[in-house]
Amino acid sequence: MSEFMYLFRGGQVQGSPEQMQQHMQKWGVWIKELTEKGFFKAGQPLDRTGKLVKGSPKTVTDGPFAESKDLIGGFLLIDAKDILHAVELSAGCPILETGGAVEVRPVLKM
Amino acid sequence: MVAALTRVFGIHNLALAEDVVQDALCRALEVWKFQGAPDNPSAWLMATAKNRALDVLRRERTARTFAPELGRLLETEWTLRPAVEEMFEARTIKDDQLRMMFSCCLPRLPEEAQVALILHILCAFSAGEIAGAFLSTQAAIEKRISRAKKVLAGSKKLFDLSDTRDFPARLKAVHRALYLLFNEGYHGASSESAVRAELCEEAMRLGALLRDHPASSTPATHALCALMCLHAARLSARVDASGNLSSLLDQDRSRWDGALLCEGRRLLDLSATGSELSEYHVEAAIAAVHADAPRVEDTNWAAIVALYDTLLTIRPSPVVALNRAIAVGQNEGPERGLDEIEAIRDRDRLAGYPFYFAALGELELRRARRAVAREHFRAALALARSPMERRFLEQRVGACDEPRAST
Repeated sequence: MSEFMYLFRGGQVQGSPEQMQQHMQKWGVWIKELTEKGFFKAGQPLDRTGKLVKGSPKTVTDGPFAESKDLIGGFLLIDAKDILHAVELSAGCPILETGGAVEVRPVLKM
Repeated sequence: MVAALTRVFGIHNLALAEDVVQDALCRALEVWKFQGAPDNPSAWLMATAKNRALDVLRRERTARTFAPELGRLLETEWTLRPAVEEMFEARTIKDDQLRMMFSCCLPRLPEEAQVALILHILCAFSAGEIAGAFLSTQAAIEKRISRAKKVLAGSKKLFDLSDTRDFPARLKAVHRALYLLFNEGYHGASSESAVRAELCEEAMRLGALLRDHPASSTPATHALCALMCLHAARLSARVDASGNLSSLLDQDRSRWDGALLCEGRRLLDLSATGSELSEYHVEAAIAAVHADAPRVEDTNWAAIVALYDTLLTIRPSPVVALNRAIAVGQNEGPERGLDEIEAIRDRDRLAGYPFYFAALGELELRRARRAVAREHFRAALALARSPMERRFLEQRVGACDEPRAST
């Protein structure tokens, strides 16, 4: 087993509070499934606001940091056999239904 | 609430669950004092407890481990709230209570500790109330509960309802605990009548929870619930207008609760499946024979004696034998009843039981040996456990003086 990180980009849900809630439930179901199968290691959703610290004078600016479609909405750390397996496991991610993307990256062992 | 929170926090964090509930109650008192109570106080409390639980889980998730079966679901915000929400849903709460009931009936704990735990955790009785119900001191009950809680918290895991290997034995212990709980309310030694009726109600509520779950809705569960209904139906008639204890023979049967009798008979019918004949089946059947008699002289005493014979084979006890002898006395006359009492093998174990002497007194009185009867009633009086029993037995002593005593 190797470690992989999912970075969730874009995929804003529009709609009524009920629709938002339904969408969040899908996330819950998907992560619960990963947990029960023992792939889930850690992860958190991220708020859409924040600060950006940049350059050697360390200028601090408010977000957003990129186009809304590129905004990272959260991350997960999972265990998978290899990159193909990690990609396969990401297929159930609800972000794919709302036009978002899952970036699958192997954790580098240094 | 404690049951639901313990499910989330894990049994080893029982004290934490209780703290959160305590906290929610304190918040309620503060807020309600200024804003008045909300329309749905229990939902308000539930929501407050839930939010407190989320705070605790977030703050302490690195320092403590919580429920092992929920594991990582509590570690990430992706699933934390939904997982906690799920634990607080009505259906889950019912299961939580059931799971807690089974967890309280740890074989390692003495039966009275199991009952005290159930009353404390699932029925929210204070140590003082439990002490009142069990005729014990508050300090003794507090000690008993805290010791039991320690054992419970050390059991690592809540009882798993799908554990088919341990389930039947544990269900038996749960039946026993509910039976004792109900009995404490019904025949109990306590003098506080309000608490006693509540004990019966709580036992019946928890019994209904057992019936609701497919795994625990066994014939014996139905029989136990039938037994409780049939006895509870007579609860209001046990005390007469002047607040005195009234024996089954003298009760105003029109005051029996018809709806509860019906429910009891229905449950008894439901219990008549499978091959297991539990003591609850037999006791419920005895109660049903009494319930079927509109007047005391219509009672089918022969059927009752036969049922006591069966009960003695399932659960031999001098108290059961005594009750059988009383039924024989009703059926075949006081001499035969006294013979049967004489024949009880471990009769010496009844020496501290007031109703042993009261039964001897009744039978002697019925064959007009007033002086002997009076001595028996006096012996019973000396053993009486509550003011109500005392008043009842004083009245029986008095009955021995009257030229034409009624029995």
